[in-house]
Amino acid sequence: MNLTRRNAMALGAAAAATIVALPAGAATFEEAVMSVTGGKEAAEGGDLVLTAPEIAENGNTVPVAIDAPGAVAVTFLAIGNPNPAVATFKFGPLAGSREASTRIRLATTQDVVAVAEMEDGSFQTAKQTVKVTIGGCGG
Amino acid sequence: MISRRDFLQASIAASAIYGVSGVGNWSKLAAQQAMTQDQLLEFDTMGNVTLIHITDVHAQLKPIYFREPEINLGVGEVNGVPPHVTGADFLKMFNIEAGSPRAYALTNQDFVALAREYGKMGGMDRVATVVNAIRADRPDALLLDGGDTWQGSYTAQKTMGQDMVNVFNALKPDAMTSHWEFTLGLDRVTEIVDNEIDFPFLGANIYDAEWEEPAYEPYKIFERGGAKIAVIGQAFPYMPIANPKWLFPGLSFGVREERMNEVVQEVRDAGADLVVVLSHNGFDVDRKLASRVEGIDVILTGHTHDALPEPLMVGETLLIASGSNGKFISRLDLDVREGRMMGFKHKLIPIFSDVIEPDAEVAALIDEQREPFKAELEEVLGTTDSLLYRRGNFNGTWDDLICNALIEEREADIALSPGFRWGPSLLPGQEITREDLHNATAMNYPAAYRTEMTGETLKIVLEDVADNLFNPDPYYQQGGDMVRVGGMGYSIDISKPQGERITNMTMLKNGEAVDPAKSYVVSGWASVNEGTEGPAIWDVVEDYIKRKGTVSVDPNQSVLVNAG
Repeated sequence: MNLTRRNAMALGAAAAATIVALPAGAATFEEAVMSVTGGKEAAEGGDLVLTAPEIAENGNTVPVAIDAPGAVAVTFLAIGNPNPAVATFKFGPLAGSREASTRIRLATTQDVVAVAEMEDGSFQTAKQTVKVTIGGCGG
Repeated sequence: MISRRDFLQASIAASAIYGVSGVGNWSKLAAQQAMTQDQLLEFDTMGNVTLIHITDVHAQLKPIYFREPEINLGVGEVNGVPPHVTGADFLKMFNIEAGSPRAYALTNQDFVALAREYGKMGGMDRVATVVNAIRADRPDALLLDGGDTWQGSYTAQKTMGQDMVNVFNALKPDAMTSHWEFTLGLDRVTEIVDNEIDFPFLGANIYDAEWEEPAYEPYKIFERGGAKIAVIGQAFPYMPIANPKWLFPGLSFGVREERMNEVVQEVRDAGADLVVVLSHNGFDVDRKLASRVEGIDVILTGHTHDALPEPLMVGETLLIASGSNGKFISRLDLDVREGRMMGFKHKLIPIFSDVIEPDAEVAALIDEQREPFKAELEEVLGTTDSLLYRRGNFNGTWDDLICNALIEEREADIALSPGFRWGPSLLPGQEITREDLHNATAMNYPAAYRTEMTGETLKIVLEDVADNLFNPDPYYQQGGDMVRVGGMGYSIDISKPQGERITNMTMLKNGEAVDPAKSYVVSGWASVNEGTEGPAIWDVVEDYIKRKGTVSVDPNQSVLVNAG
């Protein structure tokens, strides 16, 4: 990630983190995205970049980050967790860069999803599978 | 960057390019008469830059036998393409004559007979001779070590890697990257990096886990032949998952493709004419990385222990695979002009220990490292009737032997041995010395545990490891091979998703199906969990070999593989 510690701290102050109400229990990718967009379609493959490890080094604290140029809000979802909603970061019009990072506890191997609400009211989404593994045999 | 067409033209203009457009030319280099050192080293220097690559030595200072795998399956897009080609198929693909020195060096075909004919390979004193010869041609050649250097032998274990550090300092590498180095413990790595070596220990993907900030030098830029050459280090990405993370607390790794993108851009902005990644990702991970990160000219691959006689091209990136255990080094001459790679010439040099004269100075230095341990190293524990080897996706006879020892010595129903790819081979009839045993077991978390697992847990373990090996997306592969199992057989369909690959788990002693609800006594070693208890695996196996006198390993027929 490009985020330096100093930027991250400044960003944390600028972004108000709120939790979206999502039904408890594992959701499908579409359900999870729709719960954020209020039923609107979200485009995959836009400018939204989600960075997460392919394999978690510690499932209890998995670093995830987004770079979302033009977003007014980004929500992280861990759709295999009992409570999929992780956090929503909101960006004001004066935000220089629309980047955020946090850490997520993952119950099991699952898709981590980011949903970005753009300035024009459209939505973008990105997902990545993060494996939570027993580990042990790298030769 | 140059287009592929430009590249071919540039290459042809530079003359004598091997393997540019695929495979099949390598054996033209190899005359079929008796080998000579001059022949092995023969190379018309070209261009203005030379890279020398050695990787995954696993602390093998002395020549060894090392049998390449019979089974090395690839899934998805890499099914049947190098390095997932073995045996007769490999010989055919690279146009190598059966029974030739190259066939012996690169495949498992007729291994025992050819090993007796062509002898052991490797030895860092022979490597020194080759490196010196290349430096005589090109004094400013860059020697790059891909890591897994400081672990894998009795003396490396006893000296915490000091023997390897001393010998490699004599070879004078220009940079290295890492994997097993970190299993010596972070304090020891720091001690060596800060005080013992005067070349950079590179790892662009090694981060501070707390702050997600780079923790090691990511790259070094060298001026060679009038060109700026950036060497970017990429350490093994799955360090805290595949090896015990409590040994290097506070560090985070990962493939970090975004980071690689940034670093490549950074070195290009700094004026690099050539970008080389010195990698411990594993071949398939590097192949994917090369297809997704622009601007890398050469990836010197490591970790998966593949030896390929020709470079593999991904777009405009050359992938070099230089084998393991000191069997080979790669020489890559490059024509770097006007900020681009215009041509290359490559040779995978096999280190035939009976043909290449040892460098006297390094030979003496190696003897000096071994002298304090001579008596222990040379003690004969027994004899083997069988060929003992490690490599193969599902079993190796070394691990069959280890599993047999665990079952008998620790009175277990089932034994598990990790799918490591290091560990040289022994020929039938050879004595097994303590050194030989430690070459197959020496590491820093050797406790041979004894525990109970339900059939359900065993299935989860096998599925988990199988997915690390056979996930169709290389970024989810950790390298290594399937966990070796003693006392239990199973079927595996590598094309299925995780959770569906393993079926027919069967107890070998009575032919009964493994009951998911029943508990079985399981013994294994190399657990990544802190606080694992048990005797060191080498003591368990030593007791077993001494008790048997002569060991033999029956052909392993307990894994049924459906390769999809």
